Amino acid sequence: MTWQSGEALDARSYRITRADLIRYAGASGDFNPIHWSDRIATSVGLPGVVAHGMYTLALAARALTEWVGDPACIVSFGARFSRPVAVPDDDCGAALEVAGLVTDVRDGQASIDLTVTCQGAKVLGMARAVVRC
Amino acid sequence: MALDPGLAGRTFAPTPPYTVSREKIAEFTAAVGAEPLDGGSIAPPTFPIVVAFQALTRLMTEPGVGIELHNVVHAEQRFDVVRPVRAGDELFAELTVDSVRSTAGTDLIATRTSVRTTSGEPVATAFATLAHRAAAA
Repeated sequence: MTWQSGEALDARSYRITRADLIRYAGASGDFNPIHWSDRIATSVGLPGVVAHGMYTLALAARALTEWVGDPACIVSFGARFSRPVAVPDDDCGAALEVAGLVTDVRDGQASIDLTVTCQGAKVLGMARAVVRC
Repeated sequence: MALDPGLAGRTFAPTPPYTVSREKIAEFTAAVGAEPLDGGSIAPPTFPIVVAFQALTRLMTEPGVGIELHNVVHAEQRFDVVRPVRAGDELFAELTVDSVRSTAGTDLIATRTSVRTTSGEPVATAFATLAHRAAAA
């Protein structure tokens, strides 16, 4: 990669449906009912079923992998789960936007700030990655 | 129930060995909607959570720790990556509680889970922060 500081990476858009959450629960082993039961989710004060934070982070990592090409280039990444992603029980689900900005390039590594939003609101805080470039 | 006051600094027993199959990589890759990596032999970047989650589950359910599962929220997650997970890896996870900070009725439990192969090769370190809401008085 020949990235430069200040470079914006191609934003990605991913759709999250209830079926995606069920599939992710099975694949990850995280069967917390707030990710599949409206009854449980609303009982703990959520608007309804919400996406796993780790599923949202996995989609951010998917964008990161698409940007870097080789997953072996990823040195570190992570985020705060600052706002839950509500996933309605319909055919559309929720739309997640993942944007990236190269903030620094030095010593063969690039730092990337990720902006992950749903309906215009940031859902991940301090979402950052470091990759070899 | 209060949190174990000696929780910070405690290291839990390693999880049982977990052999990563191509089928499990395919299942996880499909679940996150990604394209197969290297013909399906390399797992997506967050895959270490599959093994680390077992260690986190143990932390959250072990008697005496004092965590009430329905009061826990996953607040933050970071990964230091040594290399991607590959099909055939035999992995285990070992969790240490780095710190416990209490603020306004919430305990922030910072954990560090080392994911390694059973031959001792480090693969990733997963840093999870759990927010545990203390039970109402």
